Amino acid sequence: MSRTRVIPVLLVSDEGLVKTRRFADRRYLGDPINAVKIFNDKMADELVLLDIDATARGGAPDFDRVDEMVGEAFMPVAYGGGVRSVEHFAQLFRRGVEKVVVNTAAFDSPQLVEQAARRFGSQAVVVSLDVRRTLWGKARCYTAGGRRRTRLDPVHAARHFESLGAGELIVTAIECEGTFSGYDLDLLAAVAGAVGIPVIAHGGAGRIEHLVQAVEKAGCQAVAAGSMFVFAAQGQGVLITYPSPAELQRGLWERTSAAGRA
Amino acid sequence: MIAIVDYGIGNVKSIKNMLNRAGASAAISADPRVIESADKLILPGVGHFGYGIERLRASGLIPALERRALQARVPVLGICLGAQLMGRGSDEAELPGLGWLPMRTVAFDRARLPAGHKVPHMGWAETLESRGPLFAGMAEARFYFVHSFHFACDDEALVVSRAQHGYGFPAGVASGNLYAVQFHPEKSHAHGLRLLQNFAALGTP
Repeated sequence: MSRTRVIPVLLVSDEGLVKTRRFADRRYLGDPINAVKIFNDKMADELVLLDIDATARGGAPDFDRVDEMVGEAFMPVAYGGGVRSVEHFAQLFRRGVEKVVVNTAAFDSPQLVEQAARRFGSQAVVVSLDVRRTLWGKARCYTAGGRRRTRLDPVHAARHFESLGAGELIVTAIECEGTFSGYDLDLLAAVAGAVGIPVIAHGGAGRIEHLVQAVEKAGCQAVAAGSMFVFAAQGQGVLITYPSPAELQRGLWERTSAAGRA
Repeated sequence: MIAIVDYGIGNVKSIKNMLNRAGASAAISADPRVIESADKLILPGVGHFGYGIERLRASGLIPALERRALQARVPVLGICLGAQLMGRGSDEAELPGLGWLPMRTVAFDRARLPAGHKVPHMGWAETLESRGPLFAGMAEARFYFVHSFHFACDDEALVVSRAQHGYGFPAGVASGNLYAVQFHPEKSHAHGLRLLQNFAALGTP
C-alpha cells in the first residue's frame, strides 16, 4: 500500500498564524506554536511552515521563531520564507528543519538552488511554484507572495529547478488557495508529469476526496493543505485538525495504492 | 550521556529534542573530550556523502570517534548520512567512508523502480523484519525516510530491518555495538521515540 504524505501548511506572519484566500484576505488564527503542538499530537506526516512576511521584511529569516516552532515538531519540517543564501539554509538545518523551501530567491538567483543542493543534498531543497493563469489561460510562476509575475511557465520552471538539483516541488495554484474547491489538477498533472522528483500538491483542498484526486488524476507524490486543516469547515471557525490514520487509510491510501507514491 | 557528534552537518538539534523527550541525557558536541567521556554516540548527518566525510575529517574528531566506537565499543547509532559514512563508501562520492561496517551505499536503482516511485525516496515507510535490541517491541513501526541512496550490506545477517520503495532495501544494519539506520528516528513521532529509548537503554561495555 502506498502512503501518500499528507502535509499541513501553516502560514506565519508578523502577527502570528494566519490563513489566506488566493494569497490575500488574511485571517488571524492564533499562536503558531500551539498549532504545531496539535499537529504533533495528531502525528501529522510532515509540516510546511511558511513565513509569508519574511521576503517583504528583508534580512534573514526569523531564526528564533523557527527554533520555537521546530522544537515542538517531532516530524519532518520544511521552512520557507525570506531564505536568500546558503548560510540561511545552514542556519535553518542547525535548528532542526529538514527541508528549506525557496520561491523568490530561486527565481531571482537560481544558482542558490544549485549551491544548496550540492552542499546539503537535493532532498533538503524544495522549490515552491506559485502559479496563476493569465487572461489568456497561460500558466505563469509568481514570486514575492504572488505579487510578482515571472516569465516562466510552471513546466519549464519545474524542469529547470530539477536540473539545478531541487529535490521536491510544492506547486500551488494561487486562484485555488483557500477556496476549498479542489486542486488545479491540470496544473499539477502537467508539472508532475514533467519531472522525476516528488511533487507536492497545494492550493484548494477542502476534503479528502481532493487529496485522492491529486494522487490519482494528477500523479502527485504528496498532498498539502492549509484551510482544510485549520478550519472546521469553509466559512466556519478555527479548528486545528488532521485526519486520523484510519480515515487516511480508508479515504486515501487504500484508494491510491495503484497510483503515484511518495 | 549520549554525545551527538556535531561536525557541521545535519539536524543535531532535532535529535537532541527527541532524546530529551525520551528522557535521555544528551549533548551536542564537537569536543573530543566530550566524545571520549560519552557512553553512547550518535553520528547524525544529512546531505551529500562527499561533503559529509570531508567535514567529518576536517573536524578532527575521527580518532576520538574510532577509539570510542572500535576500541571501547560503546554503542554508536548512525542516522541517515551519518549511517552511510560508517560504511566503506558511496556511489555518491569518490572519497571513502569510515569503513566501520561491511557495507557500501548505492544509488536507488531507477531501472528497478516501478512507475511512480521517485528519487529521492521521501516519506514514511513501514519497517519490516526488524529485530534486535534497537527495534525491541517494534514489530510494527513506520519511520520517515529522505534519501536517494541506500545501504548495500555485504552480509545479509547484519541487516536488522528492511523497508520498501519500489524494491526492498536495508533500513537498519547492526554489527556488535554499531547501529546504522537509513531513516530519521528523530522525526518519526512515537516510533522514533521508542527506537531512541531503546538505544538509550542499551548496555555499555
